[in-house]
Amino acid sequence: MTAIGDHAPAFALPDTEGIMHEPGNAPATVVVFTCNHCPYALAWHERIVGVARDYADRGVQVLAVNPNDAERYPRDSPEAMRVRVETGEFEDVPYLYDESQRVARAYGAKATPDVFVLDAAGVLRYRGAPDADHGDPAQNAAFVRGALDAVLDGRDPNPVETPPVGCSIKWKS
Amino acid sequence: MRVELLFWEGCPSHPKALAELRKAMVDVALDPSTIVVREVETQSEAALERFVGSPTIRIDDVDVQPPGEEPVGLTCRVYHRRDGRISPTPDPADVRDALLAARTATTERK
Repeated sequence: MTAIGDHAPAFALPDTEGIMHEPGNAPATVVVFTCNHCPYALAWHERIVGVARDYADRGVQVLAVNPNDAERYPRDSPEAMRVRVETGEFEDVPYLYDESQRVARAYGAKATPDVFVLDAAGVLRYRGAPDADHGDPAQNAAFVRGALDAVLDGRDPNPVETPPVGCSIKWKS
Repeated sequence: MRVELLFWEGCPSHPKALAELRKAMVDVALDPSTIVVREVETQSEAALERFVGSPTIRIDDVDVQPPGEEPVGLTCRVYHRRDGRISPTPDPADVRDALLAARTATTERK
């Protein structure tokens, strides 16, 4: 489990085209554990994509990772991921498949969504929900944006951690 | 009239759904203490109950947002609010309308 101030675990995971992605080589990186079937993940999805869009010119990298057991939850299968990507739901955000669930376990992810913001050195600087209310689009992923602004300006985020809110990660039995 | 809320503990949305259901019942002059709350704990229970996700609200055995071809299972249910937003809980206006429709049907049967 990764705590605030720890170096986040390195990983390389495939997107829906099989291209490998890894965090790093960016002034800040957002790793968001998400999925297809969870209403919380879906409710927050456009706000996460909006973060990627709005911070692209500052070099921020956003990686979406689906860690769920696709056998028990077929809606979270790689095929279903590909359909969402092909319909443009992720714009330029790579949608990665954590089939072994090792990355989710290494990060200590609990839910979808669960957001981790890393600085340029790969140190975890924020972890938790995208913002305070999945039902209010005006919140606009304020926790993530605030954390990115802080990291990019060399400050500590406030808050540094919030409870993740969403569907439990569907671990393999 | 039988009002049921079925939930699965793995999804955090049922307290909000229950609070909104209670308010909707008060709004249409029904007694919220009559709500039957039941937990669905296993996949076999989900199949038996035709449970397609948490929370599920049924009024006289009719789902407030009929799930169509949704597969049964222990999962969080995806609802759509009237303004199009995706939500873990049904739109309170849909719940209120379902309660009113059920109450009218009950009255007409008498």
